[in-house]
Amino acid sequence: MPLLEINNLSVQFGGLRALSGFNFTLERAELVGLIGPNGAGKTTAFNVVTGVHPPCTGEVRLEGRSIVGLKPFKINRLGIARTFQNIRLFGGLTVLENVLTAFNQSLTHGFWGTVLRTPRHQREDRHHEAQAMDLLHTMRLAHRWDELARNLPYGDQRRLEIARALATKPKVLLLDEPAAGMNPQEKMELMELIRFIRDRFNIGIWLIEHDMKLVMTICQRITVLDHGETIAVGTPSQVQCDPKVIEAYLGEPVS
Amino acid sequence: MTNGPMTALPSESRLSLAQPRVPVWVVNLGLTALLAVLWPIDRLMAEYMDPYFLRILVLIGINVMLAVSLNLINGITGQFSLGHAGFMAIGAYTTGTIMHYWRPEGPMIPVAIVALLILGGVFASAAGLVIGIPTLRLRGDYLAIATLGFGEIIYTLIINTEYIGPLRVGGASGLHGIPIVANFFWTYAGVVVCVVCVWRIAYSAKGMAFRAVREDEVAAAAMGIDTTYYKVSAFVIGAFFSGVAGGLFAMYQGNLDPAGFRFMRSFEIVVMVVLGGQGSITGSILAAAILTYLPEQLRFLSGVWRMIFYSILLIGMMLLRPGGLLGSRELWWTRRRIEPPRHPVAS
Repeated sequence: MPLLEINNLSVQFGGLRALSGFNFTLERAELVGLIGPNGAGKTTAFNVVTGVHPPCTGEVRLEGRSIVGLKPFKINRLGIARTFQNIRLFGGLTVLENVLTAFNQSLTHGFWGTVLRTPRHQREDRHHEAQAMDLLHTMRLAHRWDELARNLPYGDQRRLEIARALATKPKVLLLDEPAAGMNPQEKMELMELIRFIRDRFNIGIWLIEHDMKLVMTICQRITVLDHGETIAVGTPSQVQCDPKVIEAYLGEPVS
Repeated sequence: MTNGPMTALPSESRLSLAQPRVPVWVVNLGLTALLAVLWPIDRLMAEYMDPYFLRILVLIGINVMLAVSLNLINGITGQFSLGHAGFMAIGAYTTGTIMHYWRPEGPMIPVAIVALLILGGVFASAAGLVIGIPTLRLRGDYLAIATLGFGEIIYTLIINTEYIGPLRVGGASGLHGIPIVANFFWTYAGVVVCVVCVWRIAYSAKGMAFRAVREDEVAAAAMGIDTTYYKVSAFVIGAFFSGVAGGLFAMYQGNLDPAGFRFMRSFEIVVMVVLGGQGSITGSILAAAILTYLPEQLRFLSGVWRMIFYSILLIGMMLLRPGGLLGSRELWWTRRRIEPPRHPVAS
């Protein structure tokens, strides 16, 4: 049984077919890419999987369980975390607090625990703080733990989003253009980091990215979308040679 | 990526997590002691203090509760509500009508006060639950208008209700003859409970979720936070303390005028929250105190000039400190007390 399975997914916005007949599978510890020109429906696919948009038809299964129609927070709790193309950090919270918010679902104390500050509540806080700091170390953000998220440089904000997503202990991680706005050095580091995350946490990673070098280097499989249609699926080398892909990106050959 | 994240992650021991400077049980004990000390203070004040100033002090306490509870909704959770006077009215009228009918004597008085304050708070909470539901679909200006409408509904209901069964509500002419049993002690006991509750909710792991909802709802939901639950919770908890403040007001004033719970009252509370700094609890306390005391101090100005001067002061303060007196900070350090990692971190 695949970790994440999407069958025949279609999404329509008014008269626009954002996604049609989309199929996809993701296994544990797999790194798969989703590419395509702007407006191809990549982020729409992510939004449907995370419950932001309802699909018109089709099904999404996480470990065999259908998650269509569930609220975004429920889907996250079942094990799908994501980052956003336009960074959506909690700007007014510190770096550490951003990660701590993601532990919300594992809080065991209730209202009275909060108001009386019971020992259990405090132990839990310490435990989560330690876990959050560990994640920040992994993401090389630990030295900025007390800065406001909105004051971080762009590359750091992208990594903080990944840290926050990982704090929800996902089985599947969706990365929406994680390298956007990074310089070549940062992109190199990010590639290493993404591989490391996949191996260390043993999770499936599905990423949207425009940087072809990055995608071709780290992804095991790639899906190419254009105008909502899947035009190619395969290994990086297969996809690179596909005439349809070349056409979608570069236009028809001049004859 | 020199030694990189490839190094295995060590256990928690890497961090030095400082314990709070004062153990929590000591703080909890201290707060209980504070409540006990309030009683002799109240006796002394009633004996020696100018009743005029004592009255201002009590009104400050009631406004502090209103501002702090509204701050949980507006400042911390970011749901702009203009209906806070409505919750206050529900608490005030619940407590007032029952007290009017009950008229407890002797040792029953404190029992009645506590019971009715809680009842008033619970009724206001129920209204908070009802008004919390539109917030799931409305945000920003639209929510403000919906809550404004809620406040007016409460007002209209009150002025058109003379009696509920045997209980006199008073209708448009107001409710008079409520036994005056609240005083400095009861008010500030309420203030302590309210401020401690809201403070501990705001600065806790759960509080982080309220803030996350304010910062970015979509992201909060994507991080597994049940945004519905936290938004409605903010309304329920905020309305509870507003209802308690209303109950105290009823038992301190002895009479209730429905016109005193219209949108102007809501605006006054919003002004306190905004002036103090949205999200800052100490800011709300400070602003509630200043804005209750200031109009009294301006009494040397006659009639119209007093309110004009007061308004000019408000405009001036907002121009000087657009984010409110304290912004989103508190008077003292509230950040989590974690020491930064000791070993150098490769960047």
